[in-house]
Formats: sequence, C-alpha cells, structure tokens
Amino acid sequence: MTRLARFFHLHPRLGLLALLCLPLAWLGLVYLGSLSALVVQSFFRLDDFSGLVVRRFSLDTWRSLLQPANLDIARRTVVMAALVTLADALLAFPVAYYMARYASERLKALLAVAVLLPLWSSYLVRVYAWKLILAKEGMLTWALERLGLHGVLEATLALPGIGGPSLSVSPLGTFVAFVYVWLPYMVLPIQAALERVPRSLLEASADLGARPSTSLRRVVLPLALPGIVAGSIFTFSLTLGDFIVPGVLGNSSLFIGQAVLAHQGTAGNIPLAAAFTAIPMAIMAVYLVLAKRMGAFDAL
Amino acid sequence: MAVSRIAVRLRDVHRRFGDVRAVDGVSLEIRDGEFFSMLGPSGSGKTTCLRLVAGFDQPTNGSVELFEKPMAGVPPWERDVNTVFQDYALFPHMDVAENVAYGLRVKGVARAERKRRVAEALELVRLPDVGGRRPAQLSGGQRQRVALARALVNGPRVLLLDEPLGALDLKLRQEMQGELKALQERLGITFLHVTHDQEEALAMSDRLAVFNHGRVEQVGTPAEVYEAPATGFVAGFVGASNLIAGELAQALTGSPAAFTVRPEKIRILPDDASVPEAACVATGVIAEAAYLGAFTRFGVDVSGARLVVVAQNSGSAGGDLDALRGRSARLVWPIAANRPRSS
Repeated sequence: MTRLARFFHLHPRLGLLALLCLPLAWLGLVYLGSLSALVVQSFFRLDDFSGLVVRRFSLDTWRSLLQPANLDIARRTVVMAALVTLADALLAFPVAYYMARYASERLKALLAVAVLLPLWSSYLVRVYAWKLILAKEGMLTWALERLGLHGVLEATLALPGIGGPSLSVSPLGTFVAFVYVWLPYMVLPIQAALERVPRSLLEASADLGARPSTSLRRVVLPLALPGIVAGSIFTFSLTLGDFIVPGVLGNSSLFIGQAVLAHQGTAGNIPLAAAFTAIPMAIMAVYLVLAKRMGAFDAL
Repeated sequence: MAVSRIAVRLRDVHRRFGDVRAVDGVSLEIRDGEFFSMLGPSGSGKTTCLRLVAGFDQPTNGSVELFEKPMAGVPPWERDVNTVFQDYALFPHMDVAENVAYGLRVKGVARAERKRRVAEALELVRLPDVGGRRPAQLSGGQRQRVALARALVNGPRVLLLDEPLGALDLKLRQEMQGELKALQERLGITFLHVTHDQEEALAMSDRLAVFNHGRVEQVGTPAEVYEAPATGFVAGFVGASNLIAGELAQALTGSPAAFTVRPEKIRILPDDASVPEAACVATGVIAEAAYLGAFTRFGVDVSGARLVVVAQNSGSAGGDLDALRGRSARLVWPIAANRPRSS
C-alpha cells in the first residue's frame, strides 16, 4: 500500500489517469459514442415505400428537415426557449439580488431551500400540477372568476398564437410551466455571481456620484452577467429539448422534442429524428462559444 | 490655511448597531485644508465615523455637517466628498482609465474633457502609462494610486481615506506617506484619514483624533498628542509609555501620584557619570535587551516594575547584548519628561 502511494506521489499524472479512467471511459464511449451514432444516423434515409432505413450515405433526410413545416417547429421552439430564458432572468434577478445582498444567513439558507425544493419532486408531477392549475375548471380560472377578472382571461385566450381553448392547452400555458420548472436553474448562478460582488464596489459607485439605478446598470449588471448567461444556458437548452411540457400543456403544434419523439417512435423515421436533434445541438454549440466569451463559465 | 472654516463637523454623533455602540458621542471639527487623522485600534469607531461622513451610513443621534451644511438625509452621490477604500474597490470589469473616468462619466462630463482629466489625475499619482490595464494586472501599490486618482479626479473638497496604506508593505507604505502628504499640500483640500498605525498618523497629520471604544480620547497636533497624552490610553496607544505608580513614584518624585514617561526619554548612564539637575534617577537590573537596528530596547527591572528604555544605536551598536543581561543599570531622565496620568 505504501509503495503504491509512493508510486502515485512520484507520478502524479498516472495517479490522475487512474482517478479519471472510469468517467473518461463513460464519456468517451457511451456519451460521445451515442452522439456520433446519432449524427451518422442523420445521413441515412427512410425508404418511403418499405418504411425501412436505408443505411447508405444520403442528404435526403437533411433536405426533408428543411421543409417549411419542420422549420416552423424549430422556429417555434427557439422563440419559446428565448422567451422562457428572458422571463426566468427577469424573475430570478431580484430574488438572487435579495439573497446575495440583503438576506441574513438564516434567511438565505431558507430561500436556497425554497428555490431548490421543487427539484426534489418529480418534474412530471409538477407539470401535471400546472395542468390542474391552468385547466378550464382549474384553480386559476376559478380564482379569476371570483375576482371578476374572467374577461381578462377570455381576452388573453382569444389572442392568436398565444391563447387557445383554455390555458392548459395553449402556448401561454406552456410558457408559464416552462418558466416555472427552469427558474431554479437561473436563480442559483445569478446568486453565485452576485455573491462575488463586494459591497464596497456599490459604495464606491455611489461615492463617485452614481444613483442606485446607475450603479445597477454600470456595476451590478455587468458583474452579474456571467451568472445570467450561465443560467440561460440551462433554461435555453432545457426548453430546446423538452417534449413533456408542450405535450401536456400545449396545443397540436409541435416542439423539437416532440418531433424527435414522434419521428423515432410511431413514424420509425430515426434518420429524421436524428437530424432534428442536431438543431438544438448546433444552436447550443454556438451559444456556448458566445457564453464562454462572456465569462459565463467563471460563474458556475 | 483658512483657519476658521470648518470642512467637516461631527456634533455629538452616536451610531448604535443593536446593542453595540460603535460611535458613542463623538464631536469633531476638521478644518478646511487640513490633513486630519482618526487614529485608534480596530473597533474604536473611526471607520464608522468616516462612513457617516461619506454617507454610507446614518448616525443614530447627532449630526454630520460638511461646510456648515447638515448632511442628514443626503445620499453619498450628492455629497462633495470622495473615498479611497481600504480594499480600493476598483471595478474589476473596467480598465484603469474607465475606473478613473467613472465619476465624471456618471455626472455626464463630455468625452474629451473626461479624457483630459483622467490623464491629469493619473499623472498626479505618477501612473501615466497604465490606463489600458485591468485592476487585476496591477500591483498593490499601483491599485492604491488608481483608487486615489479615481477619487481625486472628481475634485472633491474633502478626501476620505480608509486605511489607504494598510495593504502595502513597509517600504512602500513609508514612501506613500510622504507622497500623500505632499499631494494634500499641493491640492490644498481636506484629507480625512483613518488609520490604526500611530506612526502613520504622526507622520502625515496636521492634527489627529485618538479613538477608543467609540469615543475621542484626545484631539491635537502629533507633538501635542505624543508629548502630552491626555489619557492613559493615549499614552499607551500613541508610542510606548512606562507607567510609574505607588512606592516607586513616591521615591522618585516625592508624591504617590502615578505618571508616565516615554522610553526614549530615559538614558542609561554609567555609575560614575554626573547626574543633571532636575532629574529622576532609578537603579535597576537589565532583564532583556533587543537589538532593533536603529535602536536597542532594554527592559529594566526597578523595584519590581519593568521599565522600557530605548537607546539610539548612534555609536558602534550591537555588541554582546546577552552579556548585559543581569547587570545593574542607572536610569536617568528629566523630571520635565514625566506626564501625570489622568485616567
């Protein structure tokens, strides 16, 4: 045992290798392997007559991905992911700011638990809970009727592209549920970034003549930006790939995740499903490069 | 110096944090154009007082005035003072020039003038070539100068300095002491300086206030505070002092009243040397001797009391200090060096 310890002490690189060989094997074979299998699949094509996958190189699948109906799915998903990210950032910032700057240690721990608590219950349960809240006979409709705001709900549901027969089968309902389920992933990185802004920087800003709104814009936001970008990586990518929330709360228009599910399942068109997955992967690759430039990974 | 104008006035200021009386009835008048230090151990209330003047905090009782104007309810961004922070508080996402320009920028000063004044300010602190660098790329001493430039560029009437030299090493600290003092004389504005380092306060200040437990123990020029400490605390905190009381005091002065005497006022004379007039003479045994470069510090036991004596190493210093231990020594100092201990 002592000889082994001495050996690794004298050869630290070998020690590191021994430590990492299991996760490296997992990442290399299982993770990257399946990803590359996916990419390869997207260059096969489905034979329309037999319904079988033709395992020969072809760009047919990519061509069919560029059909307007499919591009519509991609656009809808990206717009939703962007809006969800924006809403989460707007909701999370004040909470994170309060936690980082004003809350006592006890309250801060309490708030951290409150933010994390939803993650301890099943995601499916939470999405179905929103189904119950938003349903036509659900809590929200009931509460709005008691408050005499039924007209507001009706008017909102009548909006094209947002509304629907009820909140539980509308883009708005999908949006609300998305904002809710991903919010914790935005609060925590922003809080971490704000924790690292010393109080004296805000005092210096005020001392030099800046009003609080100016200090927020010129000092706090730029220093919190890496945290906001880090949080947005979660909210954006999670929305981009999700098929549960739009499935439970959406209308008949598909999101990327649902399209992938449909093509690889019932339609048996694995190549097109694989090509669809490439969209969020490509978007996220660009996004991560930009995020890295903005220093987002320093805030994780 | 315009002697009569008061730049900063604290009137019976109290600041309590829960049960803690951080500042407990401080009244001070700091004259326009003066280099004024607030000296005290940590937790003595000096930094809290500075924050009350800057406007980061409000007094529980009492009032703060700047140039005769009461500052109650005036936020920091409307006060004509600027602060050099202990941790410098430079903005990490801005380069040096942007840091220095910040105050001008938020006040809407035009770009060309901003550029000119930033260059002037960096010149003033002798850092003309670092404008494009980030604070993280600077040394501690350079950061300190940038913080100074960032405050001075706004042309404040009072500059507040919170332990500005605390993070620098000894050599740099002494260099900056002289520079800060020269800068203050050149600009002619009021410097209100907080420090726990008595040497720093003595070296730079026109006047200083000694703080203890949230109160001011004494206000005066460095010489006044050092030569005539008003309280036992001041005598002990500003320089070292020997406290002589009881029988020894009776034997030396004919009165049991306690008094203090500075270590450097006491000389160790050979037994055969003649004693000057009006002097206290005590014989003791050298218990310790420490070589401190410019000085040698002795601990001499006289009738059960340990007196500290500091002798300048003007001749061939050093020698075998160990051999001195246990020898008897005759201590002589002028009676005029005795300071009554008032509290």
